Amino acid sequence: MSKLNVTRRGALKSGAAAGAGLALPTIFTASSANAFMNEPTGSSVTLGFNVPQTGPYADEGADELRAYELAVEHLNGGGDGGMLNTFSSKVLDGTGILGKKVEYVTGDTQTKSDAARASAKSMIEKDGAIMITGGSSSGVAIAVQGLCQEAGVIFMAGLTHSNDTTGKDKKANGFRHFFNGYMSGAALAPVLKNAYGSDRKAYHLTADYTWGWTQQESIAAATEALGWETVNNVLTPLAATDFSSYIAPVLNSGADVLVLNHYGGNMVNSLTNAVQFGLREKQVNGKNFEIVVPLYSRLMAKGAGENVKGIFGSTNWHWSLQDEGSQAFVKSFGTKYGFPPSQAAHTCYVQTLLYADAVTRAGSFAPCDVAAALEGFEFDGLGNGPTLYRAEDHQCFKDVLVVKGKDNPTSEFDLLEIVEITPAAQVTYPVDHPMFAGGALGECNNG
Amino acid sequence: MDAILLQILNGLDKGSAYALIALGLTLIFGTLGVVNFAHGALFMLGAFCSVTLSRLLTLSFETIDETKTDFLGNPMKVKTPYVEAWFGPETGAAIIDWAVPLSILFAIPIMISIGFAMERGLIKHFYKRPHADQILVTFGLAIVLQEIIKYFFGANPIPTPAPDVFKGSFDFGVLLGFDPNVIIYPYWRMVYFLFAMIIIGGVFAFLQFTTFGMVVRAGMADRETVGLLGIDIDKRFTMMFGLAAAVAGLAGVMYAPINSPNYHMGMDFLVLSFVVVVVGGMGSLPGAVLAGFLLGILESFASMTWVKSILPGIDQIIIYLVAIIILLTRPRGLMGRKGVMED
Amino acid sequence: MLGLDKKDTTLLLVVIALAMFAPFLLNPFPSGSAMAQFNAGYPDLMQRFVIFGIFAIGFNILFGLTGYLSFGHAAFLGVGSYSAVWMFKLLSMNVVPAILLAMVIAGLFSVLIGFVSLRRSGIYFSILTLAFAQMSFNLAYSVLTPITNGETGLQLTLDDPRVLGQSATDQGGIPVTNFFGIEMRATHTLDVGAWSFDFNAGYYLCAIIMIFAFYISLRIFRSPFGLMLRAVKSNQQRLNYTGLNPKPYTLAAFIISGMYAGLAGGLMASMDPLAGAERMQWTASGEVVLMTILGGAGTLIGPVLGAGFIKYFENIFSKINDNVLHQWFAFLPDGMEDTLVFLVHPFVGKGWHLTLGILFMLVVTFLPGGLVEGGQRLSRLLRRGRKDEDAGPDPEHHPKETPHVAE
Repeated sequence: MSKLNVTRRGALKSGAAAGAGLALPTIFTASSANAFMNEPTGSSVTLGFNVPQTGPYADEGADELRAYELAVEHLNGGGDGGMLNTFSSKVLDGTGILGKKVEYVTGDTQTKSDAARASAKSMIEKDGAIMITGGSSSGVAIAVQGLCQEAGVIFMAGLTHSNDTTGKDKKANGFRHFFNGYMSGAALAPVLKNAYGSDRKAYHLTADYTWGWTQQESIAAATEALGWETVNNVLTPLAATDFSSYIAPVLNSGADVLVLNHYGGNMVNSLTNAVQFGLREKQVNGKNFEIVVPLYSRLMAKGAGENVKGIFGSTNWHWSLQDEGSQAFVKSFGTKYGFPPSQAAHTCYVQTLLYADAVTRAGSFAPCDVAAALEGFEFDGLGNGPTLYRAEDHQCFKDVLVVKGKDNPTSEFDLLEIVEITPAAQVTYPVDHPMFAGGALGECNNG
Repeated sequence: MDAILLQILNGLDKGSAYALIALGLTLIFGTLGVVNFAHGALFMLGAFCSVTLSRLLTLSFETIDETKTDFLGNPMKVKTPYVEAWFGPETGAAIIDWAVPLSILFAIPIMISIGFAMERGLIKHFYKRPHADQILVTFGLAIVLQEIIKYFFGANPIPTPAPDVFKGSFDFGVLLGFDPNVIIYPYWRMVYFLFAMIIIGGVFAFLQFTTFGMVVRAGMADRETVGLLGIDIDKRFTMMFGLAAAVAGLAGVMYAPINSPNYHMGMDFLVLSFVVVVVGGMGSLPGAVLAGFLLGILESFASMTWVKSILPGIDQIIIYLVAIIILLTRPRGLMGRKGVMED
Repeated sequence: MLGLDKKDTTLLLVVIALAMFAPFLLNPFPSGSAMAQFNAGYPDLMQRFVIFGIFAIGFNILFGLTGYLSFGHAAFLGVGSYSAVWMFKLLSMNVVPAILLAMVIAGLFSVLIGFVSLRRSGIYFSILTLAFAQMSFNLAYSVLTPITNGETGLQLTLDDPRVLGQSATDQGGIPVTNFFGIEMRATHTLDVGAWSFDFNAGYYLCAIIMIFAFYISLRIFRSPFGLMLRAVKSNQQRLNYTGLNPKPYTLAAFIISGMYAGLAGGLMASMDPLAGAERMQWTASGEVVLMTILGGAGTLIGPVLGAGFIKYFENIFSKINDNVLHQWFAFLPDGMEDTLVFLVHPFVGKGWHLTLGILFMLVVTFLPGGLVEGGQRLSRLLRRGRKDEDAGPDPEHHPKETPHVAE
């Protein structure tokens, strides 16, 4: 709370002659006075945290922001250091990044691709941010990733689960730590088979936009490979709040499993509606009717209350993990804010650390150097076991958690229990997998 | 056949929600002529009356249980609601379980007061202003109300379950001779439908059979003349506003178990409720109710798989499509009065 | 000058001056200072100011003159954006064909929607336009994804054909939008002492177009056609009795304002080649309604002011976080600092909606004519202070319908 953000202009200004004379005009395109976009020349470096602060994902955005503040504190040597102590790479020493103090600016994505880009642009143009991170939906992540590619800064994606982020819309300047739809399917399917058998008929309700489609495709492929049959896939409007007319016909369709490819408010409502219809007490084909929510978010699961009990899903990370890294993170986050972090908070914290680490190892803030340092980077101690940042598509490969709604929660945070930690090898796919086909990373852009 | 019956049930249920919201809106918008963009916010406030009451009922004191630990490894604080401590665990739990129905009693005075306050403090000054100004001021109010709720309750949905006895669903199909599990319907949704019927009937009876209702109806038709007769029409209009707020609020209270309330649920319903009112016809209460049920049932039909396979995406636009067709074939909606908000 | 009377010429000159010197006017604070947070003179926001200004000017031609309140104008903006991005994907990165196509397609859409919707008036008209726009939004988000790229928004890719340009630059990137070679993102930064000012090519293109759009709207307001539109607003029935059919006039106004929206959409895509479906949602249509009313419906400059006002809050206030607050109040003793931060906190950052909502209510309650009336009152106050002369009523206009523009 002491020093002002040193902006790009502030930095330029110091080089300019004093007085009212006209300084050198500079053009911020490829050949500018600086070596690359927003090169930090002062004693600090500015990161842009672009999260939803209004709209349905505001709480998730608030949790991401808490994680970012914690990460900045740790990078600058404050607090207990969190996962810096457990991170396998030891180049970060709590003196900021490359000796520069870490400053940050925040913005509101409103979970709209337009607003998110406007906010990211203002961070780049006005505040001189060298890296943009955050977001709580795939549409926003892909839109901002495209912007960062064009502007020449690094984008460290927040919560984005669509295959497209590192599939057909992947970009050389964009990196994703979070898992994706394919991984959810690959991790969930074996667990579902063990729990419910291989002779099941699934009915999918899918949010009618790109994320929903990619997830549905992934889950259907993974479960069909293990013998399940997909009876029907019904697309539901994003704006739908009452899913009764989509759920009512499910029982009579011959299906005995309902898969809800919904996220956020849609997930809360469709799950609540499905439980209201008493689906889970029914018997179909001589089996208990089951519901599956492939992508869980603890924050959102809270909104569905008791309805999540016993329902399988997958998450990127959960605070009850017992490894050293997760414990360290939960401890410093919990001590500072009084409640455990969400998976969104975790991925954002880790992304910030990974960025800082890559800059330090590269010895440069230049996006292309940072990208090179991140590509193919293998690390451990950040909560998901040994992890690889794959060079070909900038996707992290790590363990995926299969979770189940807890039957007897002991506190308001204790909603999910970990059923299985699916090893990274099982969720890894080839770069040219058809679900990720099309698009190319392109060349990295230094601005 | 069974699928159609099922969707009619669904449509009646959706329709009752639409009709209730539209009924409140049409009291203000269709009759007082105020374009009230804060109506969705009133619905949302109603739902949050349920949330607030269940929060109040579960106000707890904390005891430390040394045998358990919380997520940081400290001794766990166990919360016991005061209600359970006072009335014993069973009665207490039962009271908490019935929080949503109890909220009706809680919400009526609150929503009426909010309606009064809104009308006296703000809307009163805008009766003679252009509709555009009414939009701006009520939209501003809606944002403010929303943000206040967000400040206290957060942005995530808050689970507000119905009492346990209403859990599960009823098998209509068996009654009608179909196989089991073909036509099932949740108990709470049936409660919602009955509740909506009672409220709608109550409002109609109130306006039809009481002197107050008569004066208001007269005032709607010709405000000036009623004023000249020495009747204080302003006071009646304030009460109308309170009534409308209460109807919107009650619609929200009972809706809370169907979908967990969140701070922006009002905005989700706002556009829809305007469409319903206008399709029903400006100034017509029966029109609003009719349009609510009609759009609810058509929306349910449009979400059927075979309909969607012929016309992909039809469920996304059905309401708007029907609105356009109705407004083009019937200039004043289903039952609109001439000259209301036509210029 | 240019067929304008003296008053209007002055107004046009003021607008030109404001637009040309915006980089200075919007960056009043030294770039390192605590108040720099309030600077709005960076390219993206300046572009947004003028683009939404164009959108609101166009909306005002319909709403301010005829009184027809369209609640679906964002659809035209969205359609314009999509057409422009498709032009960048298929033809070339030059903004001119993109903007022209955006206007043409938006114009065609508005012919269609206008022709149907204008069969009704009042609230029935509003709901018809709303219904069309919501259908466009819902379909663009889902079923029409092959054309619109749905949730993500339509973006440029490296394998777009771009028959008159190149698919990818030599460095392997996506080419940038340009105006015959002038890159839209090219920015000169001028440092004067502690201040720094950005001069962005894209902004100046938008600004020049905005001035032109403003001039056209000025001419429409003062033309016989404009007079006819006002007649529609004040008494359509009387117009009918005189044997005139108002429909062609209102339809023309609807199409013109739809093309303005398309122009705004095309410019938005030219500055930042992405078109998202949210641009067509009812909230976006509502936003332009709010901008116009907030600034002063029926006035010439009001809508532009309203647009600037709302965009300023969205982009500047939302970025103020607790960290920034602590910096502002750092000079105070700790206890007071924390109290002030606590008090201001709900109104900034994630609370920017709240501030905006409160301001909406205050403005409309105390300034019935919108921001323009605020300006008028201020200038009247100043004038009275200087010389106690009565400005006199404006004989040319109906005082209630069109409060005179700020001067």
